[in-house]
Amino acid sequence: MTTPAISVQNVSKRYGETLVLRDINLEIPRGEVTCLIGPSGSGKSTLLRCMAFLEETTSGSILIEGEPLGFIEKDGKRRAQSPSELRATRSKVGMVFQQFNLWPHMTALGNVSAALRRVRKMPRKEAEERAMAQLTKVGLEDRAGHYPSQLSGGQQQRVAIARALALDPTIMLFDEPTSALDPELTGEVLNVMRALADEGMTMVAVTHEIGFAASVGNTVCFLDQGKLLFHDTPEKVFAAPRHPRLEQFLDTYLDRGASMLK
Amino acid sequence: MNFDFAVILAKGPQIIAGLGVTILIWIVGTILAAAIGFLVATLRRYGGRLMDKLLSVPVEILRGTPFLVQIFLLYFGGPYIGIRLDPIPAGLLGLSIYGAAYYAEIFRAGYNSVPTGHAEAADCVGFTRLQTILYVQLPEMALLVLPPANNMAVILLKETALLSLITVPEMTMTVQAIGSQQYAFVEAIVVLALVYWGLVELSNFLGRIAERRLSKLSS
Ligand SMILES: Nc1ncnc2c1ncn2[C@@H]1O[C@H](COP(=O)(O)OP(=O)(O)O)[C@@H](O)[C@H]1O
Ligand SMILES: [Mg+2]
Repeated sequence: MTTPAISVQNVSKRYGETLVLRDINLEIPRGEVTCLIGPSGSGKSTLLRCMAFLEETTSGSILIEGEPLGFIEKDGKRRAQSPSELRATRSKVGMVFQQFNLWPHMTALGNVSAALRRVRKMPRKEAEERAMAQLTKVGLEDRAGHYPSQLSGGQQQRVAIARALALDPTIMLFDEPTSALDPELTGEVLNVMRALADEGMTMVAVTHEIGFAASVGNTVCFLDQGKLLFHDTPEKVFAAPRHPRLEQFLDTYLDRGASMLK
Repeated sequence: MNFDFAVILAKGPQIIAGLGVTILIWIVGTILAAAIGFLVATLRRYGGRLMDKLLSVPVEILRGTPFLVQIFLLYFGGPYIGIRLDPIPAGLLGLSIYGAAYYAEIFRAGYNSVPTGHAEAADCVGFTRLQTILYVQLPEMALLVLPPANNMAVILLKETALLSLITVPEMTMTVQAIGSQQYAFVEAIVVLALVYWGLVELSNFLGRIAERRLSKLSS
């Protein structure tokens, strides 16, 4: 058996008094698309952000391709990873945010090439060639010189995906990548994600696009109040009879493409 | 009573020497103040809670007391604790730390203006904290920070006049001395006002150019 891309082991996360994640156990298989769904505030973003090490877990551990994230275990003792060790582990993971988070003072090409130049220390020309190839992949080669403010939301999100892909991650995390977009712009982003899935990229996506989860997802995980209630193939998860909490949740999303499942 | 500017302007070389000291202290002092202020703002943001609390104390003291009191304490009080400085270094140091307290606040607001997600995105692609500051946060806050930063530079220029009171041979001290020697005190003050105003306008002009350049870059 190959090691999973990500393995989440007994992870809990607490903000002050509130327990946001409760003892989560989950394995993300390589080359598959795992979708996280659940009501707002159920902890989906927090779980994803823990996988990206944007948040530290309160307890439990997360392994990226078998390697502990944030710590190193030796002779039964844990120590924190050094900044460069941490960067190496995290470099396997690319992150895409709901709000795109492009850097507004850089062009699309600048956004995608920045890390190649600053982190990978590539010469400018080489970095920009690679960045250009990524922009072409998301269909934005003709927008390379545009600043984020000159791009539509859908284009910005595609640039953000290209920026993450430029560093050759083996795992891509998406936190509601289409939630900030006008409905007519979600398609172009979902298509890029679909193409990525077809290439065999390991993906974890928090999404309210139930249609996407059902058609592209290999696994659908349902979070509720910090607990991973269940996870299974979309066929099983969405097949009747459904879990009462999922039923309740889907009712609120009927107009978001979930009606096809009814 | 007649104004007689000729007696003042006849001392041109002396005035220019004073002006030179004023500009030197102003420019070096402002650069140091901005640099220290930026460092303080950065340490307060990323140095942990204790560092934040610790640094808030000098910032509050410096912002809560008159500059005149601070330079008197430094220049006349310093020797009691073994800090013996000549007027110019004392003036420069005083101006730098006074200005730093305000610049620290300006850069704090600058950091706050950059969405945390932009720094997180940089973190996710492997930028170090320093790279994130240099390549993401600093350029992003620049446009917002520039007007108050220039404003502070103008205030610091005018505060240099107080350094005459610790015998820094800057422009105010020089021109006042000429004025009282020549019995042309009011004329001297008028000349002073005009020169300071000219420098302020110059600073504002440069600030506007920088602003225009920056906004062109990020539009
Ligand atoms: N930085 C934080 N500090 C305190 N509480 C937080 C923080 N981030 C998230 N939370 C809380 O954690 C819970 C889960 O949030 P989140 O993971 O964003 O949910 P979801 O993405 O499923 O909507 C919410 O109740 C939210 O208020
Ligand atoms: Mg969320």
